[in-house]
Amino acid sequence: MGVEGIGARVLRKEDKRFITGKGRYTDDMSVPGMKHAAFVRSPHAHARITGIDVETAKKMPGVIGVLTGAELKADGIGNLICGWMIHSKDGTPMKMGAWSPLATDTVRYVGDAVVIVVADTKGQARDAAEAVDISYEELPVVVKTAEALNEGAPQLHPEAPGNLIFDWDIGDEKATNGAFAGAAHVTKMDIVNGRLVPNAIEPRATLGVYDAGEDHYTCWTTSQNPHVARLVLSAFYNVAPENKLRVIAPDVGGGFGSKIFIYPEELICLWASKKTGVPVKWVADRTESFLADAHGRDHITHAELAFDKDNRILGLKVQTIANLGAYMSLFSSSVPTYLYATLLSGQYDIPAIHANVKAVYTNTAPVDAYRGAGRPEASYVLERIMETAARELKVSPAELRRKNFIRVFPHQTPVIMNYDAGDFDATLDAALKAADYAGFEKRRGEAAKRGKLRGIGLSCYIEACGIAPSAAVGSLGAGVGLWESAEVRVNAIGTIEILTGSHSHGQGHETTFAQLATERFGVPIDSISIVHGDTDKVQMGMGTYGSRSGAVGMSAVIKALDKVEAKAKKIAAHLLEADEADIEIKDGDVRVAGTDKSLPWFQVALAAYTAHNLPSGMEPGLKEGAFYDPSNFTFPGGCHICEVEVDPETGVTEIIQFVAADDFGKVINPMIVEGQVHGGLAQGIGQALLEGTHYDDTGQLLTASFMDYTMPRAQNLPSFDVMTTETPCPSNPLGIKGCGEAGAIGSPPAVINAITDAIRNNNLTMPATPQTVWNAIQAAK
Amino acid sequence: MAKVELFVNGRAVTGEAEDRTLLVHFLRETLGLTGTHVGCDTSQCGACVVHVDGRAVKSCTMLAAQASGSTITTIEGLGSSGELHPLQVAFRENHALQCGFCTPGMIMTSVDMIRRHPNGLDESTVRDELEGNICRCTGYHNIVKAVLDASDKMGKGAVKAA
Repeated sequence: MGVEGIGARVLRKEDKRFITGKGRYTDDMSVPGMKHAAFVRSPHAHARITGIDVETAKKMPGVIGVLTGAELKADGIGNLICGWMIHSKDGTPMKMGAWSPLATDTVRYVGDAVVIVVADTKGQARDAAEAVDISYEELPVVVKTAEALNEGAPQLHPEAPGNLIFDWDIGDEKATNGAFAGAAHVTKMDIVNGRLVPNAIEPRATLGVYDAGEDHYTCWTTSQNPHVARLVLSAFYNVAPENKLRVIAPDVGGGFGSKIFIYPEELICLWASKKTGVPVKWVADRTESFLADAHGRDHITHAELAFDKDNRILGLKVQTIANLGAYMSLFSSSVPTYLYATLLSGQYDIPAIHANVKAVYTNTAPVDAYRGAGRPEASYVLERIMETAARELKVSPAELRRKNFIRVFPHQTPVIMNYDAGDFDATLDAALKAADYAGFEKRRGEAAKRGKLRGIGLSCYIEACGIAPSAAVGSLGAGVGLWESAEVRVNAIGTIEILTGSHSHGQGHETTFAQLATERFGVPIDSISIVHGDTDKVQMGMGTYGSRSGAVGMSAVIKALDKVEAKAKKIAAHLLEADEADIEIKDGDVRVAGTDKSLPWFQVALAAYTAHNLPSGMEPGLKEGAFYDPSNFTFPGGCHICEVEVDPETGVTEIIQFVAADDFGKVINPMIVEGQVHGGLAQGIGQALLEGTHYDDTGQLLTASFMDYTMPRAQNLPSFDVMTTETPCPSNPLGIKGCGEAGAIGSPPAVINAITDAIRNNNLTMPATPQTVWNAIQAAK
Repeated sequence: MAKVELFVNGRAVTGEAEDRTLLVHFLRETLGLTGTHVGCDTSQCGACVVHVDGRAVKSCTMLAAQASGSTITTIEGLGSSGELHPLQVAFRENHALQCGFCTPGMIMTSVDMIRRHPNGLDESTVRDELEGNICRCTGYHNIVKAVLDASDKMGKGAVKAA
């Protein structure tokens, strides 16, 4: 490991612009003639549109255009789609209701876009939006996940009778029933995983520019995957052919999943730019983000876990209702199915599993992937029920888990996943030691003397990152491949540009991807630039989500580096009159091993471009590309331990200590990996303690601002104790597993297990606010 | 329309603004100082914090017209003669930023926090003082470290504050 190579704590190259205010986010973009958009959104959760009067609005000061869904449809712009096909257990395809980017006849949630107004200034656009007169005939509303399937519940889409999108099964029901028949003990639980709002601090924004001279569109957008955006906008929504559409995701202020999807607004702004003849910018305000960004989670589950007389797990049964909101967002169907139920085996050797998932429509904002996407829901079910089982069986929660750990790899679970590597004892041991688990009861007693209820909770999670290979995900219904691309361009004086289809919105790719080339060639990290986020620069890519940039994106870079290295060695061997096999590249020099013959790196690069003296038949230049399609998912796993003190008088929970021991395989930059874990933990602890999304019975979102929705703040969180173990992943060249979501996946059950341990009442729903905890304490008395 | 006269980052600037224009929009849209960000509409997130006459202020809580006559420092004006401010250095060295969107506000708030605590800071005080700044990426762990680090270094006089 060099000081800037793989494994080094290299400070971030991208920081300079962010700490000096020189970051360039979508809202910072400005083009000549640019105008501003405001959307008129439905104030009703469910209503028929009986009239849209835009005449007054059109006459307002500064107004350039007021456009409706009817005009959008007339121009051939398509409905929004869900890109992952799920088949119900009876073989029928999922029932996708039509989602018009601008509603024309029916609105189905508060925030559903109906009209776009374009005006000279943002203020004028909003004033005019207020003047648009839409008549509604209100319809009955269904909001609650548990009520969507009730007989007589209001119906959202004619395509989906009973609001049922799919009724999907995984695992062997018969075998699982058989396993339960022989059980010595069965633990049963009802588990709610509430709805969350992702809330990246940069609100979504887009700038659509139509160039009539070239018949070409440019879309600046807050996207985690600009190439997928271009593909979908082009192939499915008919905005423009790909060669006439450039999508740029510049600096993006956090995503957490919410910026994966193609929403109505960017599509409409592109279309509106052509329609009005001016560049159109839209920036969400925070309340719009709450209303119209895709939300996360929202499951209700019944789970049963069967044990034999030696406390070994025999089987797991899970029934889940997943609320997908009013429309199916881009990847919504994959989240409660292949990203959820396939992880229900956790770290445990479970011979039989059966899960049933029913996805439903309700009059709420669409639900899609949010940090962890399905895996937090799975780990919450399994780790809550494991802790509960340990309490019922009166055994140590740590030892019950350990007894059931998988220790032989590869391990085929009953729910598709084939775990390739792991060492669950190692992360458990590391966490138990760091948390001084053995000394807990003494601390509990000491806290009791101060009148505090102290508790400790574990969570041993597994997750799956870098969804792949493409052929496998295709067979499961994915509409896209899940490979990644890279191109390594060595310039004539030896500086390097790496183009990647991954997208950084906080993950630090400009540093970590450069570390790979530094490691390979020994050139200074400052001579390497990372290019991403622009479809005119990078040909194609699948973007960043599901903790895939390391395992998949970096692997593509490694493949391209291999090719560059091979060609550079051929050139050097020719120049140095040596055998190619004897050439080594190290510390910025290209040498003949065991001799004093060498060339500086830049001379080899220069030779490639002068082409005066290349091996016979070799093409000039030093630039190679690669597409990498992994052979399997990667499986990060770990153990999180949370220790809390609850004040019985107020119900306030304080996290005294939070330990996270994670196995991410090979780590490229420990500083960045730790930062990813910190952020994930904050979101997971936020879910456990603070964040609750509340719709009232009429479908009004009561928590639609930072004054109502409790975001974790510095004073709500402790400093974290994080550490890693390393079991290299065998299915990619670097041995990387992925670290972006682990914190959010492992932490919620650890927190709730700790609080329920403290208050001696296992019946507690997230978020564990002081009121909720206080009520639970009273109920246990 | 209101006439707005400000002294921003060491330069006198004059402009016109609608009466309802917030200081943050005047800075971003009229002056092109896009380092100050807007992350909410309720003065909760703190991405828009600047210094008005030396004190940290959420620039979304103030009208541009109301600020007229004030001396403003934005993130672009922090530091001196090409040198980074010790807090900017501390944020980078402690990996206290990821997506960077909340960072300008965090840094401007922290500069003011350190100014108001010349005898130094502890973790609990820093966490309480950051109440008005929301970060979704870092879990605050490294932000707290960075503020303590900068406070320590500035207090010891190892680096002169801007």
